[in-house]
Amino acid sequence: MRLTSKVLVSAFLACLVVLVPLGASATSTPTPSASPTAPTAPATPPDGAYIGVTLQNSGDDKAPIPGATLSVASASGTEVGEAVTDPNGRAFIAIPERGSYVVTLDTDTLPAGIQFGGSNKRTVDALLDGGNFAQFQIGVVEQAGPSLGERFSGAMVNGVKFGLIIALAALGLSLIFGTTKLTNFAHGEIITFGAIATYVANRAFGLPVILAIVVAVLASAAFGWLQDKFLWKPLRSKGIGIIAMMIVSIGFGLLLRNLFQYFFGGSRESLSQYVNQTRQSYGPFQLADKEIAIMAVSIVVLTITCVVLMRTRLGKSMRAVADNPALSASSGLRVDGVVRSVWVLGCALTGLSGGLLAVNSQVNFLMGFKLLLLVFAAVTLGGLGTIWGALIGSMIIGIMVEVGTLQIGIWPGVPSSIKEVGALVVLILILLIRPQGILGRAERIG
Amino acid sequence: MDFGSILSAALSSALGPQAIVFALAAIGLNIHFGYTGLLNFGQAGFMAVGAYGLAVTVVTYDQSFWLGVVVALVAPVVLALVLGVPTLRLRADYLAIATIATAEILRLVFGAVETREVFGGSNGLTGFAKTFQDLNPYSGPLDLGIIRFRPDDLWSLTVGWILVALGCLFVWLLMRSPWGRVLRSIREDEDAVRSLGKNVFAYKMQALILGGVFGGLAGLFFAVKQASVVPSDYSTNITFYAYTALLIGGAARVLGPVVGAMIFWFLMAGIGAFFSQATAGSDPLIPTWAMSDIQASLVRLILVGLGLMLLMIYRPQGIFGDRKELAIDAR
Repeated sequence: MRLTSKVLVSAFLACLVVLVPLGASATSTPTPSASPTAPTAPATPPDGAYIGVTLQNSGDDKAPIPGATLSVASASGTEVGEAVTDPNGRAFIAIPERGSYVVTLDTDTLPAGIQFGGSNKRTVDALLDGGNFAQFQIGVVEQAGPSLGERFSGAMVNGVKFGLIIALAALGLSLIFGTTKLTNFAHGEIITFGAIATYVANRAFGLPVILAIVVAVLASAAFGWLQDKFLWKPLRSKGIGIIAMMIVSIGFGLLLRNLFQYFFGGSRESLSQYVNQTRQSYGPFQLADKEIAIMAVSIVVLTITCVVLMRTRLGKSMRAVADNPALSASSGLRVDGVVRSVWVLGCALTGLSGGLLAVNSQVNFLMGFKLLLLVFAAVTLGGLGTIWGALIGSMIIGIMVEVGTLQIGIWPGVPSSIKEVGALVVLILILLIRPQGILGRAERIG
Repeated sequence: MDFGSILSAALSSALGPQAIVFALAAIGLNIHFGYTGLLNFGQAGFMAVGAYGLAVTVVTYDQSFWLGVVVALVAPVVLALVLGVPTLRLRADYLAIATIATAEILRLVFGAVETREVFGGSNGLTGFAKTFQDLNPYSGPLDLGIIRFRPDDLWSLTVGWILVALGCLFVWLLMRSPWGRVLRSIREDEDAVRSLGKNVFAYKMQALILGGVFGGLAGLFFAVKQASVVPSDYSTNITFYAYTALLIGGAARVLGPVVGAMIFWFLMAGIGAFFSQATAGSDPLIPTWAMSDIQASLVRLILVGLGLMLLMIYRPQGIFGDRKELAIDAR
C-alpha cells in the first residue's frame, strides 16, 4: 500500500558542517551564494565559514528534499541566516565565526506527504580547522557513521599527507638551524610566501597550477637568497648574537605577515585547478588524485634532498659548517657561501610545502604562522638540526595530529577544533624527557 | 587632516588602559628577559591564566571577585612551576619554543568549543567586573582639553597606574638587593654563578614565577578594564608587542618597560589614527587604489615588525638601556 509507506516516510536531516579553512574536499568555490528565494539553481557555499545542510528523505532512497527552509541562530539566540534547500536538498548558511549554532528546520515548508519525526532543531558546533565535516542526524532513522576502521584509514591518509608537507618545511627549518643556529620565527611566513606565490602565478599570471608551484619554489629560493644577502648575512658580519637574531626574526615575521595581509587580504582563496576532487578507493584508503600527487612530490623531493645532503660535496660542506664553522673556514670552506646556499635550499623546500598546502586546501595570509609551532614541534621531536630527525618528527606530528582526534578505546580523542594541542603537548613532553629529540646527539644543551 | 584628533588619540592611548596592560606585561618580561636572560615567549599565556583565573572563578564557579583576584595571581605561579621544571635547564631557544607553545595550548583550550561550559568558548566570559566597577569613586569625566577620560576609564587608570608604580618600585628594590644581583649575574654568566655555589635553577624559577605574576596581573587588569575575556586577545602577537614595548624603553631598566609601553601605544594609536584619516572620506589623502581603509589599519602593524627588527639591530638597549650591561648575546 502506498499509503502506509507515505506515513512511514520520515525526513532525514544531515548537517554537514563544512569549514572552508581546510575544507579540501568541500565544494568550495569563491562565488557568491545563491539567493535563498531561488532554489532552482544549485546552491553554492559562501566564502568563509558556513554551515552546510543536506536534506534527504530517508524513507525514499535518500531523495533530496528541495524547497525546505532552514534557519541558523547563534547559541545565544541571535538569528544568523536562513536558506532554502536547492534541488539537491542542499543549503548553505554563512556564519560569522566558529562557535555553536542551532539549525532549525521549518517543518511547514516540507513538501506535502513528508512526515517529520523527532526534533526539528539541531545544535551544530562549527569548528575551525576541524577535519572537513561533522554529521548529525535528525529524524527516526539513525544512520550508522563510518566505522572506526574507515575513520582510522582516513585519518592516517590525512596524517601522512600532512606529515609529508610539514616535513618539507621542517627540513628547511632544520637545515637553516643546523648551519646558522638560528631558530627562525619567520619560517612560517616562508610557507605562506610559497603559497601566495603559487596563487599569484596561478591566478594573476594564469599559469597552470603545476607550473605555478615550480615558479613559487623558484621565487622562494630567490626570497631565501635575498633574505640572507640583505638581512642575515649583514647581521652575522655585525656579530649580532643568536638571541638578538631570534628577536629580529620575530620582527621580520610580523612584518611579512602584515605585508601579506596588506597585499593579499584576509580572505581564503582557492587556486584555479584541482579544487574539487572526489576521493577514490585504493584498498582501505580513500584518496583524491591531488593527494596522491602531493604525497608523491613530497617523497621524491625529500629523497632527492636527502641524497644531495648525504652524497654531494655541497651536502658535506653544509654538515661541516653545521658542525664547526670556524674549523670549516680555516679548512678553506667558504662558510658564507655554504650558508647562502642553505638559505636558498631551505626556503625553496619551505616554499614548496606552502605551494602543496595551497593545492591541498586554500591560501591565507596566516596559514604558515599557524603551522610554525607544529613545524617547531616536528623538528624538536626529531632532533634540532638533524635531517632524518626532521623527517621522522614531521611524520609523527602529522599522524598524531590527525589520528589523535579519533576516539579509540579509553582514549577520548583530542577535540578536532584544537587538534594541534596534542602535538604541542608532545613538544613540551619531549623537552622534559629527551630534549635533544629522537635522533639528536645527547650533547649538553642546557 | 585633523592633527589635533590624531594627537588626542595617541596621547589617550599612551596614558590609557592599553598602555597599562603592556607596561605590566613588559615589567614581567623585563624580569625574565632583561634581568635574568630568560627568553619567555609565552607571556600571553601568563596573561591568559590571570584573566581566566578571575573570570572562571567569578562567572563559572560563582565565587567572589576577591577570590578571583587571588586565583588570578596564583594561576601564573602554577603555570611558571609547570613550565619551568622541564625547560629552565635547557638552552634559551628551547625555553622560547616551549613557552610559546604553552601559550598557544592555553589559548586554544580556552577557546575550544568542547570547554565552552567552563571557559565560554570563542566568545569568552563576561560579567565578573561589577565589584570593581562599583568601587569607582569618580562621577564625572576628566577633561584635560586635548584628552578626555570617562569615569570608568579614569577609575581603571587610577588603579592601573598605581599598580605599575608599585611594580616598578618593587622591581627597583629587588634588583638592588643581593637577590637581584644574582639574577643579573645569571644573565651574564650562568656557570660563574654556579661556581659560587648558587642554585641557578632555583633563581631562574623564582624569576620566572615573579615575571609570570606580573603577566598574570596584566591579564587581570586587561580583563577587569574591558569587563570581558576573549581567547583571541591572548594570541602570540601580544607577547611580541610586549617585547617590542620592552625593547623600545630598554631592557634591564626599571622604567624601561613603562616608558616603552607608553611610546609603543602613542605610536600605534597615532599612526593608526593618521592612516585611518588619510584614507577616510570621499577624497582621501592617499588614493583608494594605493591603500584602502582596511589596509590602513595594517600599516601600523607592518611598522611594528619593521621597528622591532631595526631596534634589535641598531639599538638593542632601547632608549634607556646600557649596551654594555645588556649582553643579550652572552649565550
